[in-house]
Amino acid sequence: MTHITVKVDGTTYEDKVEPRLLLVHYLRDRLGLTGTPVGCDTSNCGACTVDLDGTSVKSCSVLAVQADGGEVTTVQGLAPDGELTRLQRAFHEGHALQCGYCTPGMIMAARDLLRENPHPTAEEVRLGLEGNLCRCTGYQNIVRAVLAASEQEVTA
Amino acid sequence: MTETVAREVGRARPRKEDAHLLTGQTSWTDNITASGLLHIALLRSPMAHARLTRVDVSPALERPGVVAAFSGADLADGLSSMPCVWPVTEDIVMPDHPPLAVDEVRHAGDPVAVVVARDRYAAADALEAIEVDYDPLPPVLDLESALADGSPLVHSDKGTNRCYTWPLKTGEDFDAVRARAEVSVRRRYHQQRLIPNAMEPRAVVVTPVAASGEYTLYSSTQIPHILRVLLAMVTGIPEHKLRVIAPDVGGGFGSKLQVYAEEALALAVARRLGRPVKWTESRSEGFLTTHHGRGMIQDIEIAAKSDGTLLGLKVDLLADMGAYLMLITPGIPLLGAFMYPGIYKMDAYDFTCTGVFTNRTPTDAYRGAGRPEATFAIERTMDELAAELGMDPVELRRRNWIRHEEFPYTAIAGLTYDSGNYEAATARALELFDYDKLRAEQADRNARGDTVRLGIGVSTYTEMCGLAPSRILRDLRYAAGGWEAATVRVLPTGKVEVVTGTSPHGQGHVTCWSQIAADVLGVPFEDVEVVHGDTKAAPQGMDTYGSRSLVVGGLAVHHAANKVVDKARKVAAHLLEASEQDLEFTGGVFSVKGSPEARRTLQEIAFETFSSHDLPDGMEPTINAEHVLDPDTFSYPHGTHLCAVEVDTETGQSRIRSYVSVDDVGKVINPMIVEGQVHGGLAQGIAQALFEEAVYDDEGNLLSGTMADYLVPSAADLPEFVTDRTETPATSNALGVKGVGEAGTIASTPAVVNAIVDALRPLGVQDVPMPCTPERVWRALRSAQEARS
Repeated sequence: MTHITVKVDGTTYEDKVEPRLLLVHYLRDRLGLTGTPVGCDTSNCGACTVDLDGTSVKSCSVLAVQADGGEVTTVQGLAPDGELTRLQRAFHEGHALQCGYCTPGMIMAARDLLRENPHPTAEEVRLGLEGNLCRCTGYQNIVRAVLAASEQEVTA
Repeated sequence: MTETVAREVGRARPRKEDAHLLTGQTSWTDNITASGLLHIALLRSPMAHARLTRVDVSPALERPGVVAAFSGADLADGLSSMPCVWPVTEDIVMPDHPPLAVDEVRHAGDPVAVVVARDRYAAADALEAIEVDYDPLPPVLDLESALADGSPLVHSDKGTNRCYTWPLKTGEDFDAVRARAEVSVRRRYHQQRLIPNAMEPRAVVVTPVAASGEYTLYSSTQIPHILRVLLAMVTGIPEHKLRVIAPDVGGGFGSKLQVYAEEALALAVARRLGRPVKWTESRSEGFLTTHHGRGMIQDIEIAAKSDGTLLGLKVDLLADMGAYLMLITPGIPLLGAFMYPGIYKMDAYDFTCTGVFTNRTPTDAYRGAGRPEATFAIERTMDELAAELGMDPVELRRRNWIRHEEFPYTAIAGLTYDSGNYEAATARALELFDYDKLRAEQADRNARGDTVRLGIGVSTYTEMCGLAPSRILRDLRYAAGGWEAATVRVLPTGKVEVVTGTSPHGQGHVTCWSQIAADVLGVPFEDVEVVHGDTKAAPQGMDTYGSRSLVVGGLAVHHAANKVVDKARKVAAHLLEASEQDLEFTGGVFSVKGSPEARRTLQEIAFETFSSHDLPDGMEPTINAEHVLDPDTFSYPHGTHLCAVEVDTETGQSRIRSYVSVDDVGKVINPMIVEGQVHGGLAQGIAQALFEEAVYDDEGNLLSGTMADYLVPSAADLPEFVTDRTETPATSNALGVKGVGEAGTIASTPAVVNAIVDALRPLGVQDVPMPCTPERVWRALRSAQEARS
């Protein structure tokens, strides 16, 4: 067992974990932060995307011990006061989610994308979200929502 | 007649469902936990077909954290065969399907043993300790050779791999019609197997109360009500002691329209141990065990006059059942059987389907279920006929489709389409697509010998959905009915609860049912709560599949709400000392005609009914109402899709340049939700055309068994769609609505493949098998080239 200290959504946790424990299972099973779901086992789907020290990561591909000393933000930490972020609002207003299973990862990835490229083109959004799969929306409204959140006019 | 003001219906309301999904406050089944929860892991067969000569679970019990382990024999008592509720013919072969294999495994992934442990890692670790001896048997993989004499058998006790043969012959005799035809086109198409891949993997949690014998089962399911009935039968747990909850469910597309072995096993283990248990599939496990879709070989022949007038259609289908019959496996091709003639008029129709067992994962419903396959076959063949006749494919369709003034129209397969306007949808699609301009560009590029060819694909469709009139289901030998239930309750404070038997998993029922109820009752949208997905809270239902929710379940809400108004009217008349006929009901307010100051709101009536101090003599003290609706007919949405594809003849790469869909789903409750359904449907249909396929090797191993090997398209793989609607109200229901959930998937696959073939036809290509990968396009070009030289 390895001792880790990790700050998640503003709260600092100290835990002993097996070295093989995935970050996503640490979040879900140990901390009860089930807002971050698991969608695959090959790091293709991106449903489990969280922010680790300022970069989006697929938390199924990171060990909990790798987050030691780090700071994690999950979808549950985005709107601590209940007020949705611009991106969350854009997803809501633009019907960019149906079943909602990919949504936490999609929002965390889109957040990272907009941080790096505040005014992306639709094509850049599509490429930027390539690592996040959605089976419901056909992506059209997701792309539009990300563009809307970047305060750009949404065409088409 | 209740007068309603349409304030909500038709509005693009953002969804009520979103708030908790956007913030991670979700209750996916895998999120659910309980004190002392144990985790289940399943050992699965690595072989497609083998006799089990030994399963020894005892070494697993030595592993840390393991609480119990069971073989199939250990759990055989108290678990019956998994159910199939659609025996499509009297002489159908219905093999035994134990939830845990006992003496034979019949597909890679068939479960052979269960481990129960304190956490999911410990359970997974212990699987490797289980000792199993497999005695390999030859796998049955090819549909045609499976039917040949001497083929190895999937179920040796049945003596055949033929599950059933189901014929449908309507109109004139096809052979007679073909004899007088001036042209006929015969083609074979393969509907590759697809793997549904809802984003949420399947999961099940069971919490037992040993003392009372009560069980609560949470499952990632589309069908909590059907599941409860059938799990009671499979496990022997009395139905009234079993509560089934579908919490947040992350997509389904038919894959969660199922009663799965893991659900029965979780109940059996919880019963045996008296402890709560959870099983969550890994994605790769799901590839092997969550049912697959499609998997058919279609032989289709169309006979016509030289002016393009269709005379008859003959379809011979081989349908891959996989290793077992799951819930409605045999019936899936029947849902397509009535749709091969599509929107066209003809004199003869001859359909036969043969279901075949193979040593592969069982097939069952996947978005569209039978109808995408049918639409693909007819629409591809119409393009082939157009090419044969040298006719524009849109013109060929125009000459044959049912004209709008001919509705209601009884089509050749026997269904009466209530409404439609194929002319209007096609005209709008052609306009948005700029069809003539693209044709001109295509001709120009062909003339230039451009290495990147432009192809234009058209697909027109209708489909039968809104499953289903119960008597028709009886005639098709389906075991259950097709009704749906709704209850509308006005609470003492005037807030409204709508209880629905549909079980949403992304479709937006909560929002749409709120819109419907708000309009009928004249209450604010925000004041309506929708209760669903829990057999204790919403006890009666037939659940969600087959684009049925709105046209059956939503209609039931509409009717139940109207009953509430009718009851409230009696109370209002009593309180206002007026006759019911003299009351108006507008915007949630009863008023006396001619004296508008005499008024009572619905909310006031609700409270008066709650107190019951002054109700009409003999009136039951409630204005709540329920309605169980059995539809009179199916729902027939339709539309026209156009796709432009650029195909690089040097690399075989296809790129969708533009995609236009014009769908007619009748009246629309929420246009934003309808558009979203179309988008998602298009993505899945396009994915069949271009990307997805369950690939097996010669020994029956699934090669495309992970998301790394099976291409679920990403945002970067799909184009921006242009979607629009025409609106021809259904005449078969009070809201004028039609189903929408499957339409996009049904129409889009042939539009894309037609476009690819259209691009390559001048180069001698007549077909590209799906998925039309660059390699397949390139090979098709090469063989066309070789054939010509």
